[in-house]
Amino acid sequence: MSGANFMKLSFASRSENESFARVAVAAFVSQLDPTLNELTDIKTVVSEAVTNCIIHGYDNDPNGIVTIAAEIEGDTVRITVEDEGAGIADLEQARQPLYTSKPELERSGMGFTIMENFMDEVDVTSAPGAGTKIRMVKRIESKKALYN
Amino acid sequence: MSLQMELEHGRKALIVRLKGELDHHTADVVKSRMEDAIVSGDVRNVILSLRDLSFMDSSGLGVILGRYKQITAKGGKMVVCDVSPAVYRLFELSGLFKIVSVQENEKSAISSLEAV
Ligand SMILES: Nc1ncnc2c1ncn2[C@@H]1O[C@H](COP(=O)(O)OP(=O)(O)O)[C@@H](O)[C@H]1O
Ligand SMILES: [Mg+2]
Repeated sequence: MSGANFMKLSFASRSENESFARVAVAAFVSQLDPTLNELTDIKTVVSEAVTNCIIHGYDNDPNGIVTIAAEIEGDTVRITVEDEGAGIADLEQARQPLYTSKPELERSGMGFTIMENFMDEVDVTSAPGAGTKIRMVKRIESKKALYN
Repeated sequence: MSLQMELEHGRKALIVRLKGELDHHTADVVKSRMEDAIVSGDVRNVILSLRDLSFMDSSGLGVILGRYKQITAKGGKMVVCDVSPAVYRLFELSGLFKIVSVQENEKSAISSLEAV
């Protein structure tokens, strides 16, 4: 098989781009013929990761840049979502279910928990002042695979 | 608009119907319109109908939990109805089920309020 198929997108850290981002990734992943549930999972995790870049990475400043890359290889999709914003000092705490550093904004603290539950792998690279990069992997139970 | 809201002042409760996508971008308007309705109107209970909600993420959980706290602080109740399997899963993950009452549809949501 030849190399992986990929796509890459950069956009302004504006909340109206959250729906754009999840729809764009879902459209790219559609070539694997995922189930509706798998597509919903992908949309949800992209929404979580992008929202975190905007709210936490850039503190709702619309002048930041969010970058998404997605790669398909065989039946596996790899998605990275990154910002060049604030970064995370305590990753272990950040990944705790229900933990949020912004309770005053009615955050639920469930973003990381959702990403971990909906994807096969999630890893986070982050440092204070150096931005955050989330890398997620999911195997798609392609309907196509049944026939090929 | 990616989210539409319909508010109806029923006899027993404020009925809020959400249609479209509830995320961080659309959560603000849901928050402010529900907050205003609860504060200014004579609202005791809230029924939140998610029948036509096509997408929701954890920002939706936050805004639902926020309104739950607001209405229970006034001694009222919140009932959520017509929850899709995808939203159901988010409720389960977050433990929201343990505190918010979930009913099949608006009709059963209303009768669940009358029963008490
Ligand atoms: N891209 C990011 N940049 C900086 N901090 C982040 C980022 N993503 C997550 N965090 C931190 O991790 C915490 C938990 O994130 P999450 O589980 O999505 O909950 P929430 O977004 O509701 O706060 C956030 O409150 C924030 O402190
Ligand atoms: Mg989040």
